Order: sequence, then structure tokens, then C-alpha cells
Amino acid sequence: MPPTLVTIAGALLIGLLIYGVTAKSASRTLDERVARGERPRAPDATRSLPVLGGHGESSLAALKGRVVVLNFWASWCSPCQVEAPLLERAQARLRRAGGTVLGVTYLDATPDSLSFVRRFHLTYPNLRDNDGVFARSYGTDQLPESFVIDRRGDVTAISRGEIDQAFLDRAIALAQSS
Amino acid sequence: MRADGRAALARGRATLAGSRSALARSAAAALIASTCLSTSAVAVAHGATARASLPQIERQVMCVTCKIPLEVAESPQADRERAFIQGLIDEGENEAAIKRALVGQYGPAVLALPSASGFDLAAYLVPLAAVLVLLAALAVLLPRWRRRARAQALAGAPSPSLTAADAQRLDADLERFD
Repeated sequence: MPPTLVTIAGALLIGLLIYGVTAKSASRTLDERVARGERPRAPDATRSLPVLGGHGESSLAALKGRVVVLNFWASWCSPCQVEAPLLERAQARLRRAGGTVLGVTYLDATPDSLSFVRRFHLTYPNLRDNDGVFARSYGTDQLPESFVIDRRGDVTAISRGEIDQAFLDRAIALAQSS
Repeated sequence: MRADGRAALARGRATLAGSRSALARSAAAALIASTCLSTSAVAVAHGATARASLPQIERQVMCVTCKIPLEVAESPQADRERAFIQGLIDEGENEAAIKRALVGQYGPAVLALPSASGFDLAAYLVPLAAVLVLLAALAVLLPRWRRRARAQALAGAPSPSLTAADAQRLDADLERFD
């Protein structure tokens, strides 16, 4: 085979691999901007998602004007089970301060998600990210992941992994201060 | 006149017999065609309504958390997916409907076959491109190899060397044929 052809084929394959790794890996742009002290606009806020266990759809944009703790979860995720009671307790405090937790299920069947909601007595709204596009726009590839979004709809804090009380306290303080 | 009439009658009978035979052939062909059509219709209908089986679906979907085919996955989530599929099978859903329901619950990532868009398209295009490149290379290289092999064969062929006695005998034979 001519050497130029081999070189071109090799270069194309390497290019494809680089593109694949870039396209398939989760974006960390949000994290970098928040770490720099910026407040990037919450991505894909107007995307309508089905309400878990209910009829109709809703979106993050529908909660604009309130502080939102956006939490991606699934019933099969063990850390999600640990943080669910924390989130439910935070919901009571956030609601009083004009905020809310917004759960978004990811790669989870509705019956399993609903059984999780019942098991942990969750009262905050939950939406279903059917195709994972909404989660991908936040760079979500592991669960749980949480994002604090201020009243203007900007991301102010990110937790990739199980949240703790300190993270929630900061979110509640933000809701109370703004 | 009578002879002419008989000949005409005979021709008419022959024509009638010919048309009867053609009619019979057409009827037979129509019967065969309709039998074939009805057989294929039954086969198609049978295929469309064939009951799906769990192993058959398991081969075509992924365990969404373990990222491996469901048929080899051993995890609580894999068992949940199996239960979900089995529930739909019990309800009498066919394979296509079950796969649609799975995508509705877990997103397109649940299907084992890569989608035909974005980077996943490479899974179909790269092997095709590789085969085309290979064929093109063979088309270029095969004649070259053949020419080289022929040249080598000619260059390396042992030259016929006759002993003096053989040469004399050959000349004598040739003279005899002249």
C-alpha cells in the first residue's frame, strides 16, 4: 500500500478517535467557569421535560425567579439514596425562602423512580430526562450531581457527587440573601 | 364449400382449445401467485405478531448503568430492566414495542446498536470505509503484484540447454518432419 495512503488513513483514524473522545466525554465548561467566579447561565433551561409520575411537562425556566437546587438522580444510584433525606429537609427550608429543589431522573424507569420518591417521601418536583440530553448539557455523566441556580437563572455552585449539608446550607443562604 | 366450412370449424375449435389452455395456464398461475401471496402474508403477519422473548430482547439492549449488554449483565439495575421487559412481554407486547418502551424509559442509550447519527455513525461508516480502501488498494496492488511475479518467473526461468547428442537427435527429428 502506498505510504501516503497509509499516512492519510492513520491520520483520519486518529482524528476520529480524538473527535470521539471529545464528543463522548462530559463537558466541564460549567465547572471551570464557576471555579473562576463566573455565574454562567443554566444550560437548556427552557427544555421541556415530562413530569415524573404526572401529566404534562415542565422546565427549569418555569422556576425562574426562585433559587433552585437542580439534582440529577436515579433510583439505582446508592449515593442518591443517601442524599435524598438531606434534599427533602432542605426543600422545607428552601420553600420558606422562596426556593425549591428540582429533581431530574436520568436513565431510570418511571416505576423505579416513583418507588424511590415514595420510599424517601420526596415532596419536591421531579422531572424525567428521557433521552439524557438535558443531563448532558450540564456535563452530567455520574450520579448524583447537583447545581445551585440563582434567581436570575445562573449557576452558582456545582457538586458532582453526593452533596453534604454545607453545600445545601450555602444554597439556602443564597436563597435567603437574594 | 362444405370442406371450407369444416376447416374453419376445425380452426375455430383449435383456437378455442388454445384459449382454453391459455385460460387454464393463467388460472394456474393466478392460483400459484395467490397461494404464494397468502403464504407470505401469513408469514409476515406471524412475524409481526410473534411473541417476544426475554433472551431475544436481552441481546439487543444494554444495562444502562453497567454499560454492557443486558444478556451478560449481573446487577440490581440489570434485574430491574429484565423485570420491566418481562412485564411488557407478559402484556403481549411485541419486540418493536418493547424496544420503544425501553427507549422511552432509559433513553436511546439502552439500545445496543449505535444510533445512526453523530459520532455513533462512525460505527457504520468506518468499517465501510475500511472495506472500500482495502478494495481500492487491492485493485491497485494486485495487477502490480501479478506483473512483478510474471517478471520474476521469466527472469528466473532455467534456460533450456541441450547436450550435443540431444541437439543432433532434435535436428534429425525436425528434418524428418520437413
